[in-house]
Amino acid sequence: MLSYIARRLAIAIPTLILVSIFVFVLQKLLPGDPALVLAGEERDPQVLEFIRQKYHLTEPILYQYFYWVEAMLRGDLGVSLRTNQPVLELIADKLPVTIQLAIMAMIIAFMIGIPTGILSAAKKGTPVDYIANIVALSGLSIPNFWLGIMLIMLVSVNLGWLPASGYESPFIDPVRSFQTMIMPAFVLGTALAATLMRHTRSAMLGVLKADYVRTARAKGLRELVVIIKHAFRNALLPIVTLSALLFGELLAGAVLTEQIFTIPGFGKLIVDAVFTRDYAVVQGVVLCTAAGFILMNLIADILYFLLNPRMRSAL
Amino acid sequence: MRKQLLAALLLGASSVLTPALAADLRIGLQEDPDVLDPDQSRTFVGRIVYASLCDKLVDITPDLQIIPQLATDWSWSDDGLTLTMNLRQDASFHDGTPFNAEAVKANIDRSQNLPESRRKSEVKSIAGVEVTGPYQVKFTLKAPDATLLAQFADRSGMMLSPAATAAEGADFGAKPVCSGPFKFVERVAQDRIVLEKFADYWNKDAIHFDKVTFLPIPDTTVRLANLRSGDLDMLERLAATDVASVKSDSKLQYAEAVSLGYQGITVNLNNGERGDNPFGNDPKIRQAFSLSLDRDAINQVVFEGVFAPGNQPFPPTSPWYDKDYPVPARDVEKAKALLKEAGYDSLDVEVQVANNPVQTQLMQVVQAMAAEAGFNVKLKSMEFASLLADQSAGNYQGSQVGWSGRVDPDGNIHQFMTCKGGINDSKYCNPEVDKLLDEARQSTDNAVRKAKYDAARDILIKDLPIIYLYHQTWIWALSDKMEGFIAYPDGMIRLENVKFK
Repeated sequence: MLSYIARRLAIAIPTLILVSIFVFVLQKLLPGDPALVLAGEERDPQVLEFIRQKYHLTEPILYQYFYWVEAMLRGDLGVSLRTNQPVLELIADKLPVTIQLAIMAMIIAFMIGIPTGILSAAKKGTPVDYIANIVALSGLSIPNFWLGIMLIMLVSVNLGWLPASGYESPFIDPVRSFQTMIMPAFVLGTALAATLMRHTRSAMLGVLKADYVRTARAKGLRELVVIIKHAFRNALLPIVTLSALLFGELLAGAVLTEQIFTIPGFGKLIVDAVFTRDYAVVQGVVLCTAAGFILMNLIADILYFLLNPRMRSAL
Repeated sequence: MRKQLLAALLLGASSVLTPALAADLRIGLQEDPDVLDPDQSRTFVGRIVYASLCDKLVDITPDLQIIPQLATDWSWSDDGLTLTMNLRQDASFHDGTPFNAEAVKANIDRSQNLPESRRKSEVKSIAGVEVTGPYQVKFTLKAPDATLLAQFADRSGMMLSPAATAAEGADFGAKPVCSGPFKFVERVAQDRIVLEKFADYWNKDAIHFDKVTFLPIPDTTVRLANLRSGDLDMLERLAATDVASVKSDSKLQYAEAVSLGYQGITVNLNNGERGDNPFGNDPKIRQAFSLSLDRDAINQVVFEGVFAPGNQPFPPTSPWYDKDYPVPARDVEKAKALLKEAGYDSLDVEVQVANNPVQTQLMQVVQAMAAEAGFNVKLKSMEFASLLADQSAGNYQGSQVGWSGRVDPDGNIHQFMTCKGGINDSKYCNPEVDKLLDEARQSTDNAVRKAKYDAARDILIKDLPIIYLYHQTWIWALSDKMEGFIAYPDGMIRLENVKFK
């Protein structure tokens, strides 16, 4: 068991090194001179020179890479070239915001996607099914940014129910936090709800044809009990797998949603950093994301190992 | 039971759905400022925050006169080499450090010598600062510099607490300590900057807010939606396309001021190999290009008529504008004739433009207009950082860029039009223009300066290294509960005497 974890960790390290090289090189391939962007409108030669020196911009790319790695090994991800804030601090500030958004969006997606999926499967071929399908298709087709702006216009400007944008931490003001997050979470959630609904429907349709469902019906159980207790429970497995995959998609979708609703999250951090050539932030954020993914995979593998006796004997 | 549950739910929902009442002033900014250290920062929005946070030695009036702020009065020596300033005696910094002549000396020293300073070029004419009394300083200059007072009306003149700069060094921006009407409370990157009223401010009776929160909201539609929903009390840089709807909204107020800057097409004359082409070599062709454009129509089509058409580095409303050369009317026939005179019936020109919708639309209109005079304009849409790099390196033929503008006219012209100018990307060089612009810099007599700039204009209007197009107008939208706001051409938000009705 320990040797298995050790082996997995050994693989994780070269992966991280590869990612770090990839991120670094990709950054350097971006056109545009960061010193010019950072120097400001006047582009004072003294300032340009200082920036190039400070960030080692004139040195060979290999040296630059080693400066970065060396600092990172000391636990220093550098400071934002724009605001002088430590990158690690920025990440620690922004990540919880996006996670909150993702969780709320996921809950909304479940609340909409699963019941409609079940309903549509149970009423297959009826108008209810068609309507559910049309709604799902619209959910998939309506662009996030359009829905976002329309909602702001309707809910915030015309009805005055919710703040139009911004963010508040749930630990400081839970009510306001909920108010600011519910609209973006809804926008993000509806797109996922559509995917979730389609998958729930097809999984349910498969299960509803199974013998044990027929048996349950033959026993004279009420239809509701058959669907929820016998069919849905078995259809749930592929849905759970899908949800895990969707969570990644959710983080990506958050990039756009955060821009519209001006939520200071992870997505906004990286987009703004790319446009202002804030290298330190881009590198730090991408690397942390990669490390996060590797860690999650590792945990999943270990859990699998613990849960599945067949894997244990295979070692 | 069920009824109670329903009632509880409704109650919960209503408390969730009622927006929080703002007890403070909330201002929407177009972007998130960079580091909050006046010596290091470079963004326009950063300066808007400083207008509430950091007092300067002097300030400006809406018609660009220099007026006292931390300095009460000043005088120039006859040779223009020394400037003596008397300072306010009732001012102090937010940390309690008194403001005095020593503080001024320390601040100029920091602007000149902090390695990270972006102010070095603005204060480079200062040879020494002498403390001649507890509240009097004497600046000795290397050469006469008429632009210095205007520099003191901006970031170079902002006074930071010497105690804080000594303790924090280059990290001062994390918790800036100045002497303005509001002091720094907190900053959440990309979300908000919070300031609160400074109780010991020398002019505290003119300040009517307890708290000011700046919220960066880059999307103009969303920013306006926030104002309409009451989440903001005012915003800067309303989109030109939204002006009509704001003006017709009885719950909103509107304010505007033509900016100090300009937008135009910088032409590569001599910046590397790519400057060697008919467009860069022959001023007649550039004159033809300029004549093919209907600047007023551009303003109407692209900017809803809100901006100001222009043909000089100063807007027509500026006291420095040369009225001998008004914004030219479109003359396609004359443009064709000039092009023909230069030996062409038609000519290919490539102009790079930043890949945002407004600038792209602008250049598409220019493209269509110039086409009628025989120019085949090819637009090269680029992300701004790349555009800037290519422009600086000379890898361009024409480049659509602008300049945010300075209070002193020198800031809009000297560094672009002199042979060794720091941002002379067209590499225009004419010794006569150099001489005139250098002389204009050295006189403190505005009439003399104006004559020099006009003389330079006589040459530049023919050479056209930059084809000026228009001047942006700063537009603010405010809630109707606000009063006392005055629009300034520098685009700043000054909160003295601004209040809720």
